[in-house]
Amino acid sequence: MLHKKAAVQTVEVKKPLRVRLKNELVQNKYIYILAIPVILYYLIFCYGPMCGIVIAFKQYTPSSGLFGGEWVGLRYFKEFFSSMYCYRLIRNTLLISFYGVLIAFPAPIVFALLLNEVQGSKFKKTIQTVTYLPHFISLVVICGMIMDFFSTNGIVTKVIHALGGPQVNYLGDAKYFRTIYIATDIWQGVGWGSIIYLAALAGIDQELYEAAVIDGAGRWKQMLHVTLPGLAPTIIIMLIMRIGQVMSVGYEKIILLYNPSTYETADVISSFVYRRGLGNSFEYSYTTAVGLFQSVVNLVLLVGANAVSRKFTDTSLY
Amino acid sequence: MVTKRTWSGKVFDIFNTLFMLFMIVITLYPFYYVITCSISDSNMIIGDKGLMLLPKGFSMGAYQMVMRNPNILSSYRVTLILVVVGTLVNVLMTSIGAFVLSRKRFAIKKTLTILIIFTMYFSGGMIPGYLLTYKVLHLGNTLWALILPGAISTYNLIIMRTNFIAIPDSLEESAKIDGANEIVILFKIILPLSLPILAVMTLFYGVGHWNSWFNAMLFIRDRAKYPLQLILREILLLNSTDAMTGDASSVDKYNIGESIKYATIIVATLPILVVYPFIQKYFVKGMLIGAVKG
Repeated sequence: MLHKKAAVQTVEVKKPLRVRLKNELVQNKYIYILAIPVILYYLIFCYGPMCGIVIAFKQYTPSSGLFGGEWVGLRYFKEFFSSMYCYRLIRNTLLISFYGVLIAFPAPIVFALLLNEVQGSKFKKTIQTVTYLPHFISLVVICGMIMDFFSTNGIVTKVIHALGGPQVNYLGDAKYFRTIYIATDIWQGVGWGSIIYLAALAGIDQELYEAAVIDGAGRWKQMLHVTLPGLAPTIIIMLIMRIGQVMSVGYEKIILLYNPSTYETADVISSFVYRRGLGNSFEYSYTTAVGLFQSVVNLVLLVGANAVSRKFTDTSLY
Repeated sequence: MVTKRTWSGKVFDIFNTLFMLFMIVITLYPFYYVITCSISDSNMIIGDKGLMLLPKGFSMGAYQMVMRNPNILSSYRVTLILVVVGTLVNVLMTSIGAFVLSRKRFAIKKTLTILIIFTMYFSGGMIPGYLLTYKVLHLGNTLWALILPGAISTYNLIIMRTNFIAIPDSLEESAKIDGANEIVILFKIILPLSLPILAVMTLFYGVGHWNSWFNAMLFIRDRAKYPLQLILREILLLNSTDAMTGDASSVDKYNIGESIKYATIIVATLPILVVYPFIQKYFVKGMLIGAVKG
């Protein structure tokens, strides 16, 4: 304990920076040694690509090297915003995101609330075990199943047909893509997504419910006046995080499911970046610019949503 | 929740129970359907299959073809290597990072934390990331391209840090007096005390590697190094079952190709389906730890 006191004193006296730096390095030598691989990882694999963003402002060719190439300023951004794809991509991205926030985001909340009302813990456990399962199945398998189920002779198509819908290959028709995308998202994620809300529900003070009952509240009133306010901070945090991803729709699923006949509704910014940058052609600079546009909008939305939430609800990410 | 037995409450309970049963059926039925299709006679499941509540005929032929397929076997091996090595790197790097950020007297802790959390909300994007791994680091066509760029998930790191901070200081203080340095403290005190969260992380990362395909598609050129999901994608989504059906006639080829798809799904998903019930509680625990304070 003695040397700890001495350390405090050295801070108070404010020795010269060099001495303090040396003290810090000696004292925490092993922490710095441990930090080296972590810092290197973040520098190389996270901040490295951020430096690579410069190629959005350059005419990068494989032969020119990463730091060569001629500066072209905002040419690729202008090219994107004036291209025929710009409107379609932003519209598709925003629509899929918007439906996601509107339908797929509340689904786990509603599910958690209903699950919370289930009596019998064994039944409840079984429901949880079953509904978490699809979360762990690989996207490739899920999409393989979607392809099969929604094909002309697929099982889902059969059900839709029995209910009066047409018997067609639903993934081949652009007007169904968003619905399939969102519906299967809910199917795969509703159980897993509810965990975080169930945890928040478990954290609500039981005495609040007892007090509400004394005041004459039934189950509906209890949910309205105790449960929902108890969930609100969690919902807000999740919503802020979700808004920070509005411009990035899960491209892996899109790339697995779309085809040229559904590009009209299915092609989003990130799938376009992949296709034009790494898939069919190799327009590195152009697609980096498009990707940067997407990241910046996301960041701005996240910061904005966080600021709004902090102002009005006292809940914020940071 | 305090419940009073009212008439309307009972009606709600009935509907709620029915809804939950519906959820169970709608979640499990697709898997059941795939299983019954995979063990059906391939000539009988062409065209209108119906609900497939029972297999139509019985044949393990599709499974035999899948198990004989050299691509599946070699990709299974690649995926196992990827899961083991990748997860080891993940857990080690994440533990070290979380430990460093959980130290109290450490001058650059705050700066480091901010710089690390920033990467959760902003990244260089797909193309610069690809160019870095492929053209700068020359990791193309190696499994390292699938392991190193995602070595640390910042979200998991924050969960783990929260966990480490909760460990009482007194334990390491006494170890320090005995002359232990931080490296010893991490491996001899902190990690043994954190086995539940280490299990959760191992499972999160492990399943992540098992299921990943996108980076493999970008970086792996050599078919012998394809992980399972990439082979799956060819079979399920790009419709190439030819390699497996060999010299059968084209009609038979098409028929058996359909069954092969279903059998492949089962073969690729079985490990997860078998392990899942046992590890499920750890996953939930992991999510709860993260939910406490991110």
